[in-house]
Amino acid sequence: MSFWDLYGQKLLVAIGVHFLYVLAAVSIGFVIALALGILLSRAPGIAKVALPLISVFQTIPGVVFIGLLFLSLGMVPATAIIALAIYAVFPILKNTYVGLLSVDKSLLEAARGCGMSKMQSLFEVELPLALPSIIGGLRMSTVYTVSWAVLASMIGLGGLGEFIYIGIATNNNALIVAGAIPSGIMAIVLSLLIDAVKKRVTHAPKKEASAA
Amino acid sequence: MTMKIVLEHLYLVLMSVLFSTAVGLPLGIFAYLYRPARQVVLWVSEILQTIPALALLGMVMVLFGAGKPTVIIGLVLYSLLPIVHNTFLGLDGINPGIKEAARGMGLSKSDRLFSIELPLALPMVFTGIRIATVTGVGVAVFATSVGGGGLGAIINQGIRTQNMRLIFSGTLTLMAMAVVFDAGMALIEKRMNRRATH
Repeated sequence: MSFWDLYGQKLLVAIGVHFLYVLAAVSIGFVIALALGILLSRAPGIAKVALPLISVFQTIPGVVFIGLLFLSLGMVPATAIIALAIYAVFPILKNTYVGLLSVDKSLLEAARGCGMSKMQSLFEVELPLALPSIIGGLRMSTVYTVSWAVLASMIGLGGLGEFIYIGIATNNNALIVAGAIPSGIMAIVLSLLIDAVKKRVTHAPKKEASAA
Repeated sequence: MTMKIVLEHLYLVLMSVLFSTAVGLPLGIFAYLYRPARQVVLWVSEILQTIPALALLGMVMVLFGAGKPTVIIGLVLYSLLPIVHNTFLGLDGINPGIKEAARGMGLSKSDRLFSIELPLALPMVFTGIRIATVTGVGVAVFATSVGGGGLGAIINQGIRTQNMRLIFSGTLTLMAMAVVFDAGMALIEKRMNRRATH
């Protein structure tokens, strides 16, 4: 029996589960990070304390996080998704914050001069200008999450990590590779996709301007 | 938890950063000097990083067997990206005026590289090494899965036996290690940058 006959179906399921973990975790992480990033950019005083604290927090290895959540929540997909989402937050949060702060001050002044409210200035001037940086953070988070999602299988929650763990435990090269390659490809494809989106959104305003 | 395990972890990280610098620095220089290879070198180091750390260690283990060499090889591959990238970016970002001046003074290509360009790129290279070190501290947790020991062993044991004290002592030691490396190397970096601008 060939490898594919034995494991093909399992592998497809594992890829699907892995992808769903990444999608859920990055989406949740993105929303939280964007909100926190905007809030912190309004309060740089707090950000100066909060950002280093979060980066220390980030050094906690994923194994510990998933392990601790597992002990308190049990073996449910939410455990893996929460842990992964927490990890996905930081790169996006940092890039949102830096992106918002590096918006040219004269543009903010101009927005105020045009009679924009603080909200309008945020949504129509600052966020669009910070978008490339925010998407850069999203890309980083996505690539990391694809890699971290391997840990889900440590607590029996499937995904491509299952192949890798079993492969390591039984010294089976084919299984390790069968887990590693799809997750590598997933990371590359997702980052290319995000790059494409970034290209589009960063070019869009220019086109509009020339059309007008 | 014993000192031995902490030292074991340190040993894994330091050895891998050492070798990673020894491999990554020349690769970065090569990418800078030899245009056609640039994309390939940068791509390969990026792709290596997209492979989950555990899988990378697993694959290396199949080739080299369980143990410390496997962990160090895996960590070296994993930390190539920041070092190669930063070496390249550091060299590439040097003010063209300075390069021109060096050429105008009649310095040979290797003289330019070793006495002008590399010293100027050094702070950036060091940033890459710092990133690799801090990441390495975290990734080395997986060492225990391929028989390399280190703090991961404590943490895994803690999780398996639901022993909170063990988990926390392992984690806090790990965090402290990462923070000390990060802060200490950031300090050196600052000093380098100050010297570079004066």
